[in-house]
Amino acid sequence: MSGLARFARNRGALIGLVLLVLLIAVALLGPSLYPTSPWRLVGRPFMAPFAMDRFPLGTDTLGRDIAAGLVHGARVSLLIGLVSTLVSLMIGVPVGALAGYLGGVADDLLMRFTEFFQTIPSFALAIVIVAILQPSLTSIVIAIAIVSWPPVARLVRGEVMSLRSREYVLAAVTVGQSTPRIILTQVLPNTVAPIVVMGSLMVASAILLESSLSFLGLGDPNLMTWGYMVGAGRTRLLDAWWISFLPGLAIFLTVLALNLVGEGLNDALNPRLARGRD
Amino acid sequence: MGLIRFLALRLGKGILVLFAIAVLNFLLVRAAPGDPAQVMAGEAGAADAVFLEQLRERFGLDRPLPEQLWVYIKGYSTLDLGFSYRQQRPVAEVIFERLPATLLLTGAAFGLSLVLGVVLGALAARRVGRASDSAITVAALIFYATPLFWIALMSQVVFSLKLGWLPNVGYETIGANLTGAARALDIGRHLVLPAVTLGLFFTALYARMMRASMLEVAGADFVKTAHAKGLSPAVVTRRHMARNAILPVVTLAGVQAGQLVGGAVLTETVFAWPGIGRLMYEALVQRDYSVLLGVFFISSAMVILFNLVTDLLYRVVDPRIEGGA
Repeated sequence: MSGLARFARNRGALIGLVLLVLLIAVALLGPSLYPTSPWRLVGRPFMAPFAMDRFPLGTDTLGRDIAAGLVHGARVSLLIGLVSTLVSLMIGVPVGALAGYLGGVADDLLMRFTEFFQTIPSFALAIVIVAILQPSLTSIVIAIAIVSWPPVARLVRGEVMSLRSREYVLAAVTVGQSTPRIILTQVLPNTVAPIVVMGSLMVASAILLESSLSFLGLGDPNLMTWGYMVGAGRTRLLDAWWISFLPGLAIFLTVLALNLVGEGLNDALNPRLARGRD
Repeated sequence: MGLIRFLALRLGKGILVLFAIAVLNFLLVRAAPGDPAQVMAGEAGAADAVFLEQLRERFGLDRPLPEQLWVYIKGYSTLDLGFSYRQQRPVAEVIFERLPATLLLTGAAFGLSLVLGVVLGALAARRVGRASDSAITVAALIFYATPLFWIALMSQVVFSLKLGWLPNVGYETIGANLTGAARALDIGRHLVLPAVTLGLFFTALYARMMRASMLEVAGADFVKTAHAKGLSPAVVTRRHMARNAILPVVTLAGVQAGQLVGGAVLTETVFAWPGIGRLMYEALVQRDYSVLLGVFFISSAMVILFNLVTDLLYRVVDPRIEGGA
C-alpha cells in the first residue's frame, strides 16, 4: 500500500487535514475578511457571541471584535509555528548529521551539548530569552527554535548512524567523495521522511509554546495572538468566560489538527516505526 | 557500591549542567539591551550617572569580562544568586521561600500523571479495539493538544467559579489559622486543580506511550510462555507485561521533567500558587532580571532532581540495570 493510500485510510489524519486546510484558508483570507486592525475598539465591551450579527463571536473586555482577533491570530500562530520549526530544523539537522556521521569524540561532544539543552526546562529558558531580548516576532522565533531543536538532532543522529554503513555510502567513500558531499547527497535525503513527520509535530508544539508566551504577556506587542486574547480575558472569567474560551479553543483545534496530520504522516511514511515518540 | 557510584556520577553530571547554566545566565544578562548596570538601575528605579558608576564598581562591572564571569560563578556556587532591587532582598532568599510550594505542586503532578498514565495506558492496551480503549485514546489525544494555561482557566471557571467545589486560587485559606491535619487538608483542596491541570498533558503523554509499549510487549515470547503456564491474564498483565512496558514510559518521564517544571509557571500564574513559577511571572512583569535568572537556575536544578528520581525509579522497576549513568 502506498503512503498516500495509508494516509487516506486514516480517519483521524483526514479530519486533521480538513481542519488544517480550513485554518490556512482563514489565515490567508484574514486580511480581506477583516481589513481593519483587530486592536480597534469597535463596539460595546463584553458582548456575548451570537448576540449581534456584526460581532458573531462577541467582543472582548475593551470592545474589540473577537472574530477579527481570531482570524488575525491564526496568521500569527501559523507563521510563528512554521518559521520557528524551520529554524530549529536548521540547527538540529546539521548537529545530528555531524554527530551521527563523524561519531567518536565529535559525536560525544555534540550529544552532550544536545543533552544539556534537553535538561534545561525549555519553557523557562524560552521565557528568559524573550524577556531579555525584548518580546518581538524575531525573539520569539529564536526562543522557540533554541528550545525545540534537540529532539531533531537526536532523531537525525540515529538515522544517520544507521545509514552510515550502508553499501551505497561506503561506495561514495570509496570513489572519494568529500564528507560534506556524502552527508548532503547520500545520507540526508534518506532521512527526509522522519524529519517531515517530526516537523509537523514540532509546528504544533511551537504554536503551543508561542501561545503560552503571549499568554504571559511575552507576545510581540504589535501582533494580535490567541495566547494574548486568552490572557486578556482572564480578569473577567466569571461573567464573560467566552473571551478566554474562544481563542483557547482555536489553539486547541489547531494543535489537534497538526498532531493528527503528523501522526497520519508517521503511519504513512514510516510504517515500521513505533508510534511512541519523545 | 553500584548505587553509590551511580549517584556520584549523576551528581557530578548535574553539577556540570548547573555550571553551564550559570555561564549561560551570565551571557544572557550581557545580551540584554544596555549594560547590566543600567538594567539593575532600572530595577532599582533610578538611573543617574553617579548611581550607575557606583553599581558598576560594586558589582565589578568595570573589570575584564573573564574576571566578572569568575565572580559570578563563584557567587552561584555558594547559592548567592544576586540581589533583587525590586524586593530589596537577596534573590536566593526570595526563591527558597517559594520553593516548597512548587516542589509540592510539581511532585504531585508528576506522581499523578505517571500513575494515572501507566494505569490508563495499560487498561487501554488490555481492551484494545474496544470502547474503553477508544475512549482513553481519544481523551489522551485531546489533552495532548490542549493548552495548559487554557485548561487551567477553564477548570477554574467550571469547578470553582460555577460549581464552587474547589477553591479558586491560592495555597491555603487566608486567615483560617488552621494547624495539623486540618491545614494539610486545606492545602490539599487548593492543590487539586493546579496539580490535575498541570498533570493532564503528561498523563495523556504517558498513557499513549504505555499503551503502545504494552502492545509491543504483548507479542513477546515470555508473555506467551506466561500464558501457556496457565497464569491468569491479570497476573500476566501486571507482573509480566506492565513491568517491561513501563521502562520506556519512565525514560520519557525523565526527559519530560523539564517541561513539567516549565509548565508550573503557567499553572502557578493562573491559580496564584505561591511557588517559583508564579515568582518568575512576577519577575517578568516587574522586569526583575536577577530573580528571573535565579528562578531559571533553580528550576534547572529541580529538573536534575526529577531526572535523578526517574533514574532511581528505573532501577526499582528493572533490577537488571546497574550503572547506566
